[in-house]
Amino acid sequence: MGVALALIDLNKSFGLTQIIRGVSLQVAAGERHAIIGPNGAGKSTLFHLISGRLAPTSGEVRLNGERIDGLPPFEIYRRGLSRSFQITNIFPRMSVYENLRCATLWSLGHKYAFWTPLDRLRDVRERTDWLMECIGLTARRDVQAAVLTYAEQRALEIGVTIGGGANVVMLDEPTAGMNAGESEQAVALIRQVTEGKTLVMVEHDMDVVFNLADRISVLVYGRVIATDTPARIRENDEVREAYLGQASGA
Amino acid sequence: MTSSLRFLWPWLALAMLFAGAPQIYSSGSALTMMSVMGEMIIFALSFNMLLGQTGLLSFGHAVYFGLGGFVAIHAMNALIRAKVGVPVVVIPLVGGAAGLAFGVLFGLISTRRAGLVFSMISLGLGELVSSSSFILRSFFGGEEGITTNRTKLAPFFGHKFGSQIEVYYLVAVWCFFCIAAMYALTRTPFGRMCNAVRENGERVEYVGYSAQTIRFIAFSFSAFFAGIAGGLTAVNFEIMNAQQLGAQQSGLVLLMSYIGGIGHFAGPILGAILITFLQITLSDVTNAWQLYFGLLFIGFVLFAPGGLAGWLMLHRDAALKRELWRLAPAYGMVAPALAASFAGAVMLIELAERQLALARSEGSAMRLFGFEVDAASMGPWLMGLVLFCGGVGLTWLVWPKVTGAWGSLTSA
Repeated sequence: MGVALALIDLNKSFGLTQIIRGVSLQVAAGERHAIIGPNGAGKSTLFHLISGRLAPTSGEVRLNGERIDGLPPFEIYRRGLSRSFQITNIFPRMSVYENLRCATLWSLGHKYAFWTPLDRLRDVRERTDWLMECIGLTARRDVQAAVLTYAEQRALEIGVTIGGGANVVMLDEPTAGMNAGESEQAVALIRQVTEGKTLVMVEHDMDVVFNLADRISVLVYGRVIATDTPARIRENDEVREAYLGQASGA
Repeated sequence: MTSSLRFLWPWLALAMLFAGAPQIYSSGSALTMMSVMGEMIIFALSFNMLLGQTGLLSFGHAVYFGLGGFVAIHAMNALIRAKVGVPVVVIPLVGGAAGLAFGVLFGLISTRRAGLVFSMISLGLGELVSSSSFILRSFFGGEEGITTNRTKLAPFFGHKFGSQIEVYYLVAVWCFFCIAAMYALTRTPFGRMCNAVRENGERVEYVGYSAQTIRFIAFSFSAFFAGIAGGLTAVNFEIMNAQQLGAQQSGLVLLMSYIGGIGHFAGPILGAILITFLQITLSDVTNAWQLYFGLLFIGFVLFAPGGLAGWLMLHRDAALKRELWRLAPAYGMVAPALAASFAGAVMLIELAERQLALARSEGSAMRLFGFEVDAASMGPWLMGLVLFCGGVGLTWLVWPKVTGAWGSLTSA
């Protein structure tokens, strides 16, 4: 299997403050990779650097071998990388169906088409229906996204993220704020929708991480201090000291 | 079969409305008013492509309306001079092309950012163009503006468009097709992504779209249709002047769209009809008509942000539930209170207008609601004050009944 996503000596500074300090990382195609680390470690910043919301100060991001650092988000998306957001980031006054439909249009090739009636696009309709079924919101089809429950909004967030069928999916704390039952459902959903895809996720819930991830990277103060399988990360002393010990002590 | 019927009947009804209106209102002034309404409908809908659909508040939309009109009128004069056989019916398209050209040019600058930055740039461009209209006199015609004579263009199947009824039908046909085209646009992938940009311009970039490109295309389309409206106006009045691309005209289209309701496609149509009607009739009745516009606008912003269309849709939903009757008692109670506050407000405004503006030259005697009153005496002032304060107070007291009635409705 090839390398889907590679970070090479990635740095990001805001003024004099260095947030990401020389991160290098390789995620294999088809791998489920989790990034963990204490608050303020730079996990979200790292996500922003990869997805194009921020441009790195130096270093490279490669998607399937092609450099994508510094490209705008939509260019990165078009090359096959899609991300979700930690704070739900959907189209609030549009229905569940419309939210998902917007997420399918570009990848199905409809782009800026202002000549084709939207309702007649069969591929869009089928894909949207399938997505709605996937995330379990078919019964909520015409409900405004803003009035969904929190767990439903999180599911919709995932639905919008995978709508275009991107090969590399990045999820930023997909189960944050969920209760145990909801979290379990979310994990099942993530497992299902990322089947055969590359997954990179930031997650705080260690059960979710050890349950889902093939490999884990630990980010502390902008550096990756370890990348390994869940079992070996659990054994790693440095990681325990920096992160896991802290978590169990809290 | 039935679905295509359901799709078609509103359009058939609209076409019949356009065709039948002159049969009912056939006077010259009514035809002129309806022609202006048609132009304003196109203008307001084009404005709402930005505000309602894409979430872009433009303070300079009249630029594209006005420039479309000016280019159209120069085109007409050029065609007359060159004796080229182009009929007047295609002139609005010239206006549209001009609107599009300037929309593309200015859109490249202004649509780079959304929100406040967009609004500020639109204001700046509006001022730029309207101030240059006093400098570039050969193009804009200075104070007098540019005139033309539409009847000197080539006839179209024998029609020379000398009479207002011919112009009305020209406007009506253009208006019908522009409404249909702009509605169709909202139902395409591009139209839906405009809504997505309005809702969350950031997320759009993470489903593959450049929000800037969407804003730019929307802006170009919007300027195109505004240019058509301007071209029709040039044909209708045979004159264009700098006022028609100025800040006041830009404000007017915002007023129309907002009062009609920016959240619904038909909203700006209603707004354009209502405001055009008021603009023409009210200015005959009172000198303070612009003040009433301002108050109307503030009233809608504060109390009915959904506009006329939003208000109507609420009641349609209630009617579909067959529960409109539940609202009747509360409405019955609040109506007299509202009427009293309205009458009181009108009295105070008119009395003040008389005293402040006209009393010195024309005396303080005036007619108010059909009564002879003296604006210098205490009586009418007191009555106006009592009506206004009493009406507002009563409305304030009774209004909970209305909210209560709506509450009982949604829970049922």
